[in-house]
Amino acid sequence: MATTAVRAQQKAFTLGRSQWLGIVFLIAGLLTFLFFGRGLEAGIKTKFGLNPGFASQAIPIPDLVLPTQPTIYAMVLIMLLLGVLQLVRGFRFADALLGVVALCFVFAFLTWAARGKSFNLVGMLGSSLVRATPIALAALCGIMCERSGVVNIAIEGIMLISAQVAVVVATVTKNLYAGLVAAILSGAIISAFHAAMAVSFKVDQIVSATAINIFATGATSFISARFLEKNTNLLNNSGTFRIISIPLLSKIPILGPIFFENGLIVYLMLILTVLVHILLFYTKWGLRVRAVGEHPRAADTLGINVYLVRYVSVILGGMIAGIGGAYFTIGSVGRFDEIMTAGKGFIGLAAMIFGKWAPFGAFASSILFGFADSLQIKLQILRVPIPSEFLLMAPYIVTMIVLTGVVGRAEPPAADGQPYEK
Amino acid sequence: MGEERKGTASTQTVTRGKQPATGAKKERGILIPPAWQTLLLPVLAVFTGLVIGAIVIVITDAAVVATYRNFFRAPGTALAATWHTIATAYGALLYGSLGNPREVYEGMRLYLSTGDNTLFLRAIWPITESLVAATPYIFGGLAVALGFRCGLFNIGAEGQLGIGALAAAWVGYSITNLPALIHLPLALLAGALGGAIWAAIPGYLKAKTGAHEVVNTIMMNWISFRLSDWLLNGPMKAPGYRPITPNIEPTAALPRFFPPPIRFHAGFFLALIVAGIVYWFLFKTTLGFEIRTVGANPDAARYAGMSITRSIMLAMVLSGALAGLAGTSQVLGVDHWVGQGFTAGYGFDSIALALLGKSHPFGVVLASLLFGTLRSGATRMQSLAGIPIDIISIIQGLVIVFIAAPAIIRWLYRIRVERAEEVVLTRGWGK
Repeated sequence: MATTAVRAQQKAFTLGRSQWLGIVFLIAGLLTFLFFGRGLEAGIKTKFGLNPGFASQAIPIPDLVLPTQPTIYAMVLIMLLLGVLQLVRGFRFADALLGVVALCFVFAFLTWAARGKSFNLVGMLGSSLVRATPIALAALCGIMCERSGVVNIAIEGIMLISAQVAVVVATVTKNLYAGLVAAILSGAIISAFHAAMAVSFKVDQIVSATAINIFATGATSFISARFLEKNTNLLNNSGTFRIISIPLLSKIPILGPIFFENGLIVYLMLILTVLVHILLFYTKWGLRVRAVGEHPRAADTLGINVYLVRYVSVILGGMIAGIGGAYFTIGSVGRFDEIMTAGKGFIGLAAMIFGKWAPFGAFASSILFGFADSLQIKLQILRVPIPSEFLLMAPYIVTMIVLTGVVGRAEPPAADGQPYEK
Repeated sequence: MGEERKGTASTQTVTRGKQPATGAKKERGILIPPAWQTLLLPVLAVFTGLVIGAIVIVITDAAVVATYRNFFRAPGTALAATWHTIATAYGALLYGSLGNPREVYEGMRLYLSTGDNTLFLRAIWPITESLVAATPYIFGGLAVALGFRCGLFNIGAEGQLGIGALAAAWVGYSITNLPALIHLPLALLAGALGGAIWAAIPGYLKAKTGAHEVVNTIMMNWISFRLSDWLLNGPMKAPGYRPITPNIEPTAALPRFFPPPIRFHAGFFLALIVAGIVYWFLFKTTLGFEIRTVGANPDAARYAGMSITRSIMLAMVLSGALAGLAGTSQVLGVDHWVGQGFTAGYGFDSIALALLGKSHPFGVVLASLLFGTLRSGATRMQSLAGIPIDIISIIQGLVIVFIAAPAIIRWLYRIRVERAEEVVLTRGWGK
């Protein structure tokens, strides 16, 4: 209904992208008002827990208690105001504004969903970060590969195999770090194979990746059925990385329990996000990678070894995906189950696109996807009458919208997916 | 890329003229004409996949590996154990998928002389199961192959298949008191339509905004999984605890030809007919020609005045409809209901089949028969030889690699000749 109205207006006088966004903001505000703002009992309150549920180093602080209806109305007002301003004059940072509006919408929704109850905000944000970890690592792998011009949809398969390798090696050697190193190595080996197919044999990169995904599903399930199921304690029971509390920083209220009380792999993810950003945008090597991904022939003319750059980027990406795979077993449950990655590699791909092929963008969208994931569990507990499946669909739908270029145009590297012929 | 294709064409004309290429003396190996290579390479790819599968079976068998510790003292024992393991495994695979001709013959004789058909049915059960397994594969493989012909990579067959199956099941159980003559076509149509709609969305986005269909179909897959989770736990749930749909009405079921244990159904013949129609459509009609031209060279197609938007939309919708039929045939012919995880892997398998069949409808049928046979045989192999059914996925992955990179096969078997015609697949998602 809303979209037809927009289309009708579009025909009457052509709307630019910024007006379009303004209308989206207004609609979001109105929907919030209609669905969440109205019909609430007067005086009902929402309590947001600001202390994590687990025993934490953080200094305890009082919980945030908000009157439900006024809070929602405040959010509606902000959205409408931004919508009108955007419609009338338009902002330069429209995408950031979109983020603010989305945040207002989510906050209003949470306030509504948890009315009359209490809702542990910090606990949920913390679990969002944890759930975002494999997605973000997958996205970083995708960025490394695609910035150099190699499409890699084999992340799922790479993570599946390295998850299994990690737990088996960690159990056999009784050393989690050995498991992690083995996972990184197996990630490197599989992605080296993908690189060989894509760069040297010039095979269609999606075909090669599909083959890896099918092979990975088959191989891990085969090994699981043949060995792991019978010898669980000898092969498939490694334990997990302990939670490391960073001194001082973990004492900060709210931020401390979210960011500074986590397992090793979460920290690795945070560090790698920064590292990949620096590597890609502030080093000579990164400049070469991007040049190869945008215009390999020009890069070749300038004496850059296109094949070498692509091989190294894809293998580095595979190592990152290997860490992502290790998260599933030695990072979270200490055990391998068949097809346990459950599409996280593909969601990472979506996060990469949503984040516009940049590490920080990908990190932010991974958090968003992780948030949607933990939110749906929370909503089931709160008994909100919205099927959790629809919430889980949201990230995929958002990715598709982003790909159409209506909201926040995402441009892939120009030579992405094209083999280079010397 | 353009130059390379031109080069390929000229080499082919040279070899066709029975004049060996000038560079022939440099390379060693067997010279095989390209026309034969297109047939030989898939065969060798499958063969090599099976050989590597055998190696995997042997090296993951602790008992056999143990005999190799004494290899130098008793090489015979080790080799015999190896042979025994492989023979047991692949013997079970063969028996489980094709049955034993002698049993079929004796069962037939018994049936003709006494009218007792139990033996006969038991004897033909394996081969009918193979055909049952091949049926959705044919549809799925055709779906992906049709996309390939238009330069589209439909990774979303999995999602389209699931939505098609749900749509068919819904028509199958919610409408009652219809004659089969109307109900069955209606259910088939619903299934095809469900898949077509699911594929039309990424098709439209590709045609209008250029959003890459690979990402969008992957996203549509996940949306469809969530949607079917919701449908199976809510609106379409049958009474009871399990998240499955109610059974379809008998009037919507695809007819079966044999008494109960045998599940062979009319869907197989439908698949063959559809394969014929797809062949006719792609190679004998103007629209099919346009689709192939857009796939082979979009610029040339545009220059010739063909509508690329229309071809992409059409190819995607038809591809989705075929994928929908894959799910539909399974629901209406075999299961009669839809449960969670129904699609498990069909979509990715379909990609393998389209590649193995070189995106040609008849090639796809052959590839589907092969993989249907392997799948149903593997079930028997699992129970008789204790080898997990997942070995088939390993072989499948390897076959794709060998098909996609024929250089590996040529190198393994020392086959010369520049290269056979290659099917144009996707272009990268950059511009």
